[in-house]
Amino acid sequence: MDVLREVGNIGAGHAATALSQLLGKPVDMKVPTVSFLPFEDIAERLGGVETVVVAIFLRVEGDAPGNMFFILKREPARRLLQGLPCLEAAGSEDYSELELSALNEIGNILAGSYLSSLADFTGLHMSPTVPAIAVDMAGAILNYGLLQFGTMGDDALLIDTAFLEGPNQMEGHFFLIPDPESFEKLFSALGVPL
Amino acid sequence: MTEDVLIKVGMADLNIAACGAVLRTMGLGSCVGLTLYDPLINLGGMAHIMLPSSEIARDGHLNAAKYADTAIPALLKLMTNHGAAASRLAAKLAGGAQMFALASGGDSMRIGPRNVEAVKLALEKFGIPIAAEDTGGRYGRTVELDTGSGVYSIRSVQYGVKEI
Repeated sequence: MDVLREVGNIGAGHAATALSQLLGKPVDMKVPTVSFLPFEDIAERLGGVETVVVAIFLRVEGDAPGNMFFILKREPARRLLQGLPCLEAAGSEDYSELELSALNEIGNILAGSYLSSLADFTGLHMSPTVPAIAVDMAGAILNYGLLQFGTMGDDALLIDTAFLEGPNQMEGHFFLIPDPESFEKLFSALGVPL
Repeated sequence: MTEDVLIKVGMADLNIAACGAVLRTMGLGSCVGLTLYDPLINLGGMAHIMLPSSEIARDGHLNAAKYADTAIPALLKLMTNHGAAASRLAAKLAGGAQMFALASGGDSMRIGPRNVEAVKLALEKFGIPIAAEDTGGRYGRTVELDTGSGVYSIRSVQYGVKEI
């Protein structure tokens, strides 16, 4: 578990740096948590199955495949958009095409830096697919990331890193859900005997 | 007396209720919320199905509710054990969305539509007609079956509540 926490630390550390550069202000990161959770409980991290979240999803391909989500609640997503230079916030409940594409790109940048630092550290080849964005119920969104686990059991391994930004405490989550087949590769790349 | 009873059905779970109790499953994405209903005795059943086929199950114990091909016979058996007649049952289904529009990604990304197909195939095998459905799309759904009326209500973030 410590090794996997380190995985989260390395990846998210770089992603936090990338986010703070993007926003031009410091971004804090919580110590990652690693847990083997029943599917239902994963959505609880975000406030429940029905909580509406903005999620950027991408698939990790390469030596240690898995699923990755960058998830924000609506309010923090709104504030994140307001923090971007050169983007006029619409201020409405819905997101404009431009806002969605900006959020998607942010997710892309963050996930890219998460994965490249992890790949450097482990020596494993890991690359992100083109990201996709959805604004919907947390449960419905996370279903997607759990399918690979669905064939194994009713629990999934989650590496969760929360971000906090500024006095508003804007909170975002990075979920890395490695495929079951990837554990062994990650462990051996990090020098842990099985 | 049982009008206010709410029974939650979790992911990869199934349950039955009767006489006005409500069966609810939340946050269906690519999963399918299948319901069977016997109008004569007001008995309803619901399964939150995650995957099309149990053939891919790799662990020792099989959770029947998780797969389309095993959930339907399991729910059918549970309901007939509680007095339902297979000939009176009709199915309503919801879910099976494709949550993300990904450029790449093979079959596992099409899991929503595949779940719907598998559920329909299994229903056909047991000769259960489909009364109504609200499947596909790109959005999540929370669903409730009212066992008093057999009405299946479907709530989504974008479209509000819909009854089928």
